[in-house]
Amino acid sequence: MAATDPSHATPLNQPSKQVSDDARGYYVPGEPLVDPVAPTGPISERWTQRKFDNRLVNPANRRKLDIIIVGTGLAGGAAAATLGEAGYNVKSFCYQDSPRRAHSIAAQGGINAAKNYKEDGDSTFRLFYDTVKGGDYRSRESNVYRLAEVSASIIDQCVAQGVPFAREYGGLLDNRSFGGVQVSRTFYARGQTGQQLLIGAYQAMERQVAAGTVTQYTRHEMLEVIVADGKARGIIARDLVTGEIETHLADVVVLANGGYGNVFYLSTNAMGSNVTAAWRAHRKGAYMANPCYTQIHPTCIPVAGEHQSKLTLMSESLRNDGRIWVPKKKEDCEKDPRDIPEEDRDYYLERIYPSFGNLVPRDIASRQAKNMCDEGRGVGPLVGDFRRGVYLDFTDAIARLGEDAVREKYDNLFDMYERITGENPYQVPMRIYPAVHYVMGGLWVDYHLQSSIPGLFVTGEANFSDHGANRLGASALMQGLADGYFVLPNTIRDYLADGPFEKLDESHPAVVEARTSVEERVHRFLTINGTRSADSFHKELGNIMWEYCGMERSEEGLRKAIDMIRELKAAFWSDLKVLGTADSLNQSLEKAGRVADFIELGELMCIDALNRRESCGGHFRAESQTEDGEALRQDEEFAYVAAWEWGGDDGQPVLHKEELLYTAIEMKQRSYK
Amino acid sequence: MNLTLKIWRQPDAATAGAMHTYQVEDISSDMSFLEMLDVLNEQLNAVGEDPVAFDSDCREGICGTCSLMINGEAHGPEVTTTCQLHMRSFKDGDTITIEPWRADAFPVLKDLITDRGAFDRIIQAGGFISANTGSAPEANSVPAPRDKAMRAFNAATCISCGACVAACPNGSASLFLGAKITHLGELPQGQPERDTRVVDMVAQHDHEGFGGCTNIGECTAACPKEIPLDVISQLNRDLRTALRNGH
Repeated sequence: MAATDPSHATPLNQPSKQVSDDARGYYVPGEPLVDPVAPTGPISERWTQRKFDNRLVNPANRRKLDIIIVGTGLAGGAAAATLGEAGYNVKSFCYQDSPRRAHSIAAQGGINAAKNYKEDGDSTFRLFYDTVKGGDYRSRESNVYRLAEVSASIIDQCVAQGVPFAREYGGLLDNRSFGGVQVSRTFYARGQTGQQLLIGAYQAMERQVAAGTVTQYTRHEMLEVIVADGKARGIIARDLVTGEIETHLADVVVLANGGYGNVFYLSTNAMGSNVTAAWRAHRKGAYMANPCYTQIHPTCIPVAGEHQSKLTLMSESLRNDGRIWVPKKKEDCEKDPRDIPEEDRDYYLERIYPSFGNLVPRDIASRQAKNMCDEGRGVGPLVGDFRRGVYLDFTDAIARLGEDAVREKYDNLFDMYERITGENPYQVPMRIYPAVHYVMGGLWVDYHLQSSIPGLFVTGEANFSDHGANRLGASALMQGLADGYFVLPNTIRDYLADGPFEKLDESHPAVVEARTSVEERVHRFLTINGTRSADSFHKELGNIMWEYCGMERSEEGLRKAIDMIRELKAAFWSDLKVLGTADSLNQSLEKAGRVADFIELGELMCIDALNRRESCGGHFRAESQTEDGEALRQDEEFAYVAAWEWGGDDGQPVLHKEELLYTAIEMKQRSYK
Repeated sequence: MNLTLKIWRQPDAATAGAMHTYQVEDISSDMSFLEMLDVLNEQLNAVGEDPVAFDSDCREGICGTCSLMINGEAHGPEVTTTCQLHMRSFKDGDTITIEPWRADAFPVLKDLITDRGAFDRIIQAGGFISANTGSAPEANSVPAPRDKAMRAFNAATCISCGACVAACPNGSASLFLGAKITHLGELPQGQPERDTRVVDMVAQHDHEGFGGCTNIGECTAACPKEIPLDVISQLNRDLRTALRNGH
């Protein structure tokens, strides 16, 4: 790795040539895809140059430009605040009762930034390098470099807003290290970093609401995007309180609707987190990229029973001090862990990966936990015929640092664990198990964060561009805020420089069509009059996805899953039961719409996973592994972004490939041993 | 366990509500309180009765969405959010009363759902630091003493759930307000607007119809994030200082 800019004029890798074709018959090959605004030149100058090249909109004209932003998490809230402050006319939508409840709030661990406050060898280039490598070379290098570059400004911005990051005694900011990296570059606010960052963005946004530049629409759900004359020009939203279907027109639309991990039913996402905004846009022509890239988080509280509605994450910062182990002998699994002597414990991560130990990347930590449980060495209660848990043990940390120091660092996490499980983790080792946490797939965007529909921009977790196949810890918060505060405001102005666009009338056929389709869809849900709740279909979908499209996938399993999802879809549309009316607050109706979209997305995820016959990141294809059972990437075949175009209700999705070419980093097979 | 639930049902803001009684069976003690309500709703949906509307989202105790009065206590018998309350806190045969937040400033929208938009409007009145994007000074150029930063952080853990208001006999939002005033007022970045912030936020609080604080302390007892009562002293101190300074 070079410390200075090593950008080469010619790429260091060859374009991929896919030989396998596992998904044949499920898709239609499409034209190759190129990012039309991809920057060139030395990597460290690309963003600076682009900010300069992008056209400006003078302050007097900004007032005449309307921007719709869907979602109020880190990306959407920060974008609304920044664009409002710049003087644009912003309409902000969220399904929650307040923008401050967006699910970014639940992120615990921290946010990375290349500040090098610890003088331990960190730099913009190293953060960039770690992120591309941690993403298994499936992200775009220009986008990731930009992310690393603006990371330092994010911390400055948040501190200025009053985000109470952890501090050292001298009053300076504290840092810690996080899974997958060897420097301390993570800024944190105890175990509530997401909450504090979100409140910062929310307060900045509310300041603009008071200033009159941002109008907020809470308890509103976007159900359709309006594409008129080839451009995104507005949305159809439902007021979740009155049921009214509303038309909102604008010059540009930004989606910041987060991820779709709830396709698995059980996940760490909020109950309401859904894919609808993105999926409706996909059906209107926006490509969905790498949908199968799901991140499985290694440190969640294990499932306790059949009734469970969601999973709770324990920050992986716990892996800094906690040691992960399972009993060496199966017969010890039922025992009280405190009665198992040291020599009968298998600290498997420290054993297999001595240089990273308990801090290996998330996918490795997750898969090894699953392997231990599959071997029959899992711990905790039997769920079905399985014990799904491994120990995360703080005994050594408490002995080394003292209980008070451990309490100081992780107090709220330990409390939360005890509340949920009824066990005291200061006395008994915690139990953890992997769970679906974050998705790296999302709507395809170019370097300007514009989707394949002109005028439709996508930010944060809802887009695909920065994380590749395996997002590292503490980088999602970084991307959300980078997009919202710094990237989008600088790229969207180049698009808006052509505006204001011709006024759109509500009688325009595109508006009428979008509105009618929403009304008909709502009516359809209410008139199926079947026997099953939307929730019951969701649960069934989740089981299929976790079983066949989760941590480990195979050709056979994925084919089976696609058949099962198609059957489920047919059952959904004939046997759904939604009570109540369209003109009122109707949570069953809301769920029905979201589950209908999850079912279609689930099928596409399986097709994408079936096509990608390689293991990379959290995506482990049984057919692609080394002799030791480690994930084996296939760069010659799959160093590309799979961008799927909607093929119609009766057609097949169309696969467009965007080659991933690296000029600054040489691709290497991963090794964390 | 088998339980009797007495639940407030109200079709919309304009229609009068009433308590309804339901039975649920085979509830496991590992379930969260909201998962118990999910079970009830599946049951209601199956027999063609409109499921009970209630607010929840993250179900991890951090988003502040869930908001139930359980047996007359905000979030129920434990010091936590409703989503983190587990059925092991109840016993077989119990009768549980479930109502929405009680406060004039939080009107009921349906069943157990209230409108807490007043909190957003209080924040809009000044609950922020005016830092324009992109021009912030280097983060470490303004050190924040650790003890003050800790106090700011502790106050900033408020999740805006509204339990403090629901628990207060006066329907006051002083704990919510005090938490924000303390969070921003303890940091060096929060000083320039300190006086105007407290005056404007208190004015908005009163305008929204929240009651006055008489130091009863029910708010802090019900607060799932254990925001201490002294943030209200801080609020009053800051308000007096601001008034003395001519605001």
